[in-house]
Amino acid sequence: MKDQVVLRVIAKLTVPFMIVLGAYIITHGETGPGGGFQGGVIVAAGFILYGLVYGKAAMHAVLPQRLTDFLAAFGVLLYAGTGVWCMVRGGRFLDYAVLPGPETGAAEALGMTLVEYGVGITVATVMITIYDMISEREDVRA
Amino acid sequence: MFEVLLIDMGLLGLVAILAVAIVQVRSLLCAVILGGIYSLLMALVWHNMEAVDVAFTEAAVGAGISTVLLLGTLLHVERDTKQEPSIHWPALGVVTLTGAFLIFGTLDMPEFGDPKAPIHTGRVVQNLGQRVGKVDRAGNHLAWEYTSLEEQAAGLPDDAHPWEQYYVDTYGASLTTPDNRGHPVDDFMGHSPNAVTSLLASYRGYDTMYETAVIFTAGITLIILLRRRREDVV
Repeated sequence: MKDQVVLRVIAKLTVPFMIVLGAYIITHGETGPGGGFQGGVIVAAGFILYGLVYGKAAMHAVLPQRLTDFLAAFGVLLYAGTGVWCMVRGGRFLDYAVLPGPETGAAEALGMTLVEYGVGITVATVMITIYDMISEREDVRA
Repeated sequence: MFEVLLIDMGLLGLVAILAVAIVQVRSLLCAVILGGIYSLLMALVWHNMEAVDVAFTEAAVGAGISTVLLLGTLLHVERDTKQEPSIHWPALGVVTLTGAFLIFGTLDMPEFGDPKAPIHTGRVVQNLGQRVGKVDRAGNHLAWEYTSLEEQAAGLPDDAHPWEQYYVDTYGASLTTPDNRGHPVDDFMGHSPNAVTSLLASYRGYDTMYETAVIFTAGITLIILLRRRREDVV
């Protein structure tokens, strides 16, 4: 699809907005609809659109496989690490109330925000990886 | 209310037509695209039910990512399904029977919007006053005890937040007590205005963590299975 002018222009116009929207949804999950999962999927959709229109090589130049592999694991680690942090501070696993903050509500908000970031990072990178792997077989055959 | 019901019925009618069309159509490409439309319509239905988070997921995952992934899969399989008899009688019998049982089950449910339904009178009301699993700032775990709505109203601090005043005005009771320092006694509201996020990240934090782990495992499995294939070719 590299020769389609319309697709290239539209993709270039929409991809930044998709990624910003996804990041917004991840970071504002506790105040509005959405959260880590939905935002992560939208971020992934932005990268997948880029990969579809400009080719896999261009996508890998922006987002190397090594980085997506690392981030997929990092998201889960961030989630579990938040739980362990609560234990280190004397609470139970994922007991956000003991995290630092001016009041208990703020501590809970901090914990939930970190957890949502973890979900968002993992979902986005795994979705990109799934697309990557499914379309990779076609590259091998060609 | 009636208008929303009308829109819902229209949308659900379209959804039913689409479901039949997806089964009937022989071209897999058509089926995938119809599946995307199905997801978008369902997103509208969820939104009408004020389940915005579900609508969001349906639109992003159902209509967006799954369509792309299914189209990617189509590159590796045949374009059309095999010719099959249009009506499979045993399957139709099973589906009809299951549907009949489900409808029979709904007959026991309370009327839609019934204020006397168990959900409004039973454990949920009790749970709104529960403090189990909460920790105060000193690190003490709060005991399992219920705070009645009257007690909550009596214990409203002077510097209550506007939304607390809203609860007092609406329900005649506060959801916050002064002894837990601004920490709402319920599990759903207060910290996060979005009850869904509050539920997923806090109330059911373990669930969500393992869901994330499942997604991670899916990605790792794909990498193990498919990335090695490329190295074999090279």
